[in-house]
Amino acid sequence: MKKSITTKEIIQKALVAGVIALSMSIIGFIALLGERELVKGWFSLGHVFLIAAPLAIAYVTVENMTHENNAKTLGVGFAIGAIASVPLILLAYIAVAVDIRQFLSNVSPALIELLTFGKDATTGSIYLLLLFGATGVFAALLNILPARVRHPLVIALAWMIGVATFSEILLGRLRSLLSRDLIKTIFAGKTLNPAFAVGVFLVALLITILWDAIGGSVKEKVAAFNPVQKKTMSAGKSLVVMVVILFLPLILGSYLSEVANNVGLYILMGLGLNIVVGFAGLLDLGYVAFFAIGAYVMGVLTSQGALGLDAGFNFWTALPISVIVATLFGIILGIPVLGMRGDYLAIVTLGFGEIIRVIAVSDLFKEIFGGAQGILQIPKPNFFGTELVQPGQLYYVILGGVLLALFIATRLRDSRLGRQWMALREDEDVAEAMGMNLVNTKLMAFATGAAFSGLSGAIFASKLTSIFPHSFNLIISINVLALIIVGGVGSIPGVFIGSLILVGLPELLREFAEYRMLIYGTLLIAMMLFKPEGFLPDQRRKRELKAEAELDGVEG
Amino acid sequence: MQERIKQIDFLGLVLWIFRTAIIVSMLWGTIATLMDNPYSARAWTDTIVAGIAQGSLYALIAIGYTLVYGVLFMINFAHGEFFMSGIMTATIFIAQPMSASGYLDRHPVIGITVIAVVTMLVSVGIANLTERIAYRPLRGAPRLVPLITAIGASFFWQYFFQGLYGSEVKAFPQIEVIVGKVNIAGIEILKSQVIVIIVTILMLAGLYFFVVKTKTGKSIRAAAENKDVARLMGIDVDRAITLTFTLGASMAGIAGVLYALVFRQIHFFMGFFPGIKAFTAAVLGGIGSIPGAALGGLFLGIFESVGPGLFLEGLGVPSPHQLKDVIAFTMLVLVLIFRPQGILGEALAEEKA
Repeated sequence: MKKSITTKEIIQKALVAGVIALSMSIIGFIALLGERELVKGWFSLGHVFLIAAPLAIAYVTVENMTHENNAKTLGVGFAIGAIASVPLILLAYIAVAVDIRQFLSNVSPALIELLTFGKDATTGSIYLLLLFGATGVFAALLNILPARVRHPLVIALAWMIGVATFSEILLGRLRSLLSRDLIKTIFAGKTLNPAFAVGVFLVALLITILWDAIGGSVKEKVAAFNPVQKKTMSAGKSLVVMVVILFLPLILGSYLSEVANNVGLYILMGLGLNIVVGFAGLLDLGYVAFFAIGAYVMGVLTSQGALGLDAGFNFWTALPISVIVATLFGIILGIPVLGMRGDYLAIVTLGFGEIIRVIAVSDLFKEIFGGAQGILQIPKPNFFGTELVQPGQLYYVILGGVLLALFIATRLRDSRLGRQWMALREDEDVAEAMGMNLVNTKLMAFATGAAFSGLSGAIFASKLTSIFPHSFNLIISINVLALIIVGGVGSIPGVFIGSLILVGLPELLREFAEYRMLIYGTLLIAMMLFKPEGFLPDQRRKRELKAEAELDGVEG
Repeated sequence: MQERIKQIDFLGLVLWIFRTAIIVSMLWGTIATLMDNPYSARAWTDTIVAGIAQGSLYALIAIGYTLVYGVLFMINFAHGEFFMSGIMTATIFIAQPMSASGYLDRHPVIGITVIAVVTMLVSVGIANLTERIAYRPLRGAPRLVPLITAIGASFFWQYFFQGLYGSEVKAFPQIEVIVGKVNIAGIEILKSQVIVIIVTILMLAGLYFFVVKTKTGKSIRAAAENKDVARLMGIDVDRAITLTFTLGASMAGIAGVLYALVFRQIHFFMGFFPGIKAFTAAVLGGIGSIPGAALGGLFLGIFESVGPGLFLEGLGVPSPHQLKDVIAFTMLVLVLIFRPQGILGEALAEEKA
């Protein structure tokens, strides 16, 4: 419903935006991102996040109000932006006047410099006010502009910021390929040159405009293909994807392969937890326990250190044992919780995860698991005589695991068991009344989930060559939960997307890694509020959520 | 049908074995410990008193879980963060400057009162902000949805406060008056522990009176009973829920001050595990019941404090006190398996469990 907007509403919305920007500043997020300069001498990632809240709120507000004339709309945008800057201006003045750092350790000189653009408080405040005002105007302008102008503009801006954000990684990959002079024209230090940034912007703009103009007809042509052509095309697509995945380490280089490996391990865990939480609807917060068990079994069986069994196990013979032990533990820990539902199940599984970790840290099994010191000297996997030391080589081990898990998860989803899981998720009582064996169905879910996690843990142990109980804390469970929620609960492609976003991105941006848990928390809340089905939703789950919401709405 | 009965028997058998194994090992451990008698009587009383003090803190935090669960049927995962946020803010902004200027030692009562008020205000503010933004829009959503939001809120606040005040451990200032021990009925007890126990008793009694006797308390109980009917009776359910969060968070705030007086170490992660254990206490006592939360907290505190020495020492477990948390969580699992309604709780209806 569009309605005209009152002054009070404008001030309210603007202050919300201002407080969000202020919060991001005083926890040190903005200052840390400020260290990542995007375009030499222009702006940093800190600026982007600083104006993000006023931009978003101004845009939403303008969109929801009645549009009388352009001047008024732009004025509202300006007002929201300008008022939003007030809390930050106050912060700048306070920080100049008193030593606020003894209370809020992250209100650093770097932050104040970023907020006041290196000027004194008054000049800086005016700049900040104007910047925020301009942001608001820009948001309002985006709203007024017709879609054919807005779309290319937004896409081009996103490309420019994206390329600039990852310029360091880009530089790392391009350095060996391009000549020194070319590198110098593109990059200034680790950041982009303004000229090149503008170039990226323009190219993206042009391509998007072109695509908007002719994209429709291309799509139509593709849609008009006959079945044989379509088949060839989808086969071609799969082939390209397969080739890319197969040769990914060559494209990525060593550092990015390492990132890909971590993403892969989380995909493995995500596929497992997706079965437990996504398919069967059993919220498990102690999922890290099976990861730990897989890792410890691998460690104990293969370690060449003092704690190893030295029974002639290598990676390949120990791997199935790790998976089997993790699976058994999945069943053992599953039995006591068979009767529990929803939140009780969540908190008990959380308890299990902690019990396993605390026992591993304690002196109870120190002779076997090494207590707090963990297990060292775990050999890397060996493949026909070559030790897989490089991340690019380990990649294939993890890829194998992921493909296997992917195959199993997909087949299970479409099997009788998979349908039973979903029936369980939808309504446990009805499922039981239909004659379903709840005990077996639940235990199968726990066991399969634990097996994937155990596999991931075993590879993890071998990849790191040493394991410490402190690596297996609750945060891993929450990470995995967050990634399947972001991707879409119950959706297998969602696990991949979720892992890329939540595990891959923070590894590429150290700054994000530091605030990782804060971002996860925010994401969990935001997803539940605005997009509970996730970014790549499973169709069936989406319908279910909708139906449940409707039903509950009726009941009260 | 035949098969189904067999299934239940199998499951029942496994659970029965599980239960027997735990009880036998507990008894075995206790007997072995007592035969061996490694600790003096003095050590035992100290442990028990420490357990009661710890249990009092659990009880105060558990109130928040019990009240919210009673009204909304959700585990407010972020409750431990309400406990942490208040005392952390008050330590940084009030207690440390007050101590540096010497005021806190000159006027300890006023000082601690100011700290307590600020702590409660911050805790209540954070609680209501969380409820307003993260929980209220999701009322009536499928049950896992608010739970996941609450987990998100918990991590959000933890790392928000880490960013705000830094990740190092903050020292809550020492207050001269409450250092040392007093002699009560021949037992030497730390003064701070005495304060914890007395304040907890007063708070719980006050809260119980408020919820049971006053009209506002009645509105909370009505909302817990049936929101629709309460609404028909002219009760503002949203306000009752806000009030529930306010009460729970004030108790958590007080628990934060008491925690600071006893342990004197404040950090951003301090709320998480006490929170989970307090939830255990709430379940133990019977969720939804205020006396239950008090009893559950006390029970858990004593169990956790005495347990490692009593049960595990005798079993020959090395450094049993590392396994304190294992005892608490095992207890949670046992209670949920064998007596999900808790000690004082009514049998939970299917929809609540």
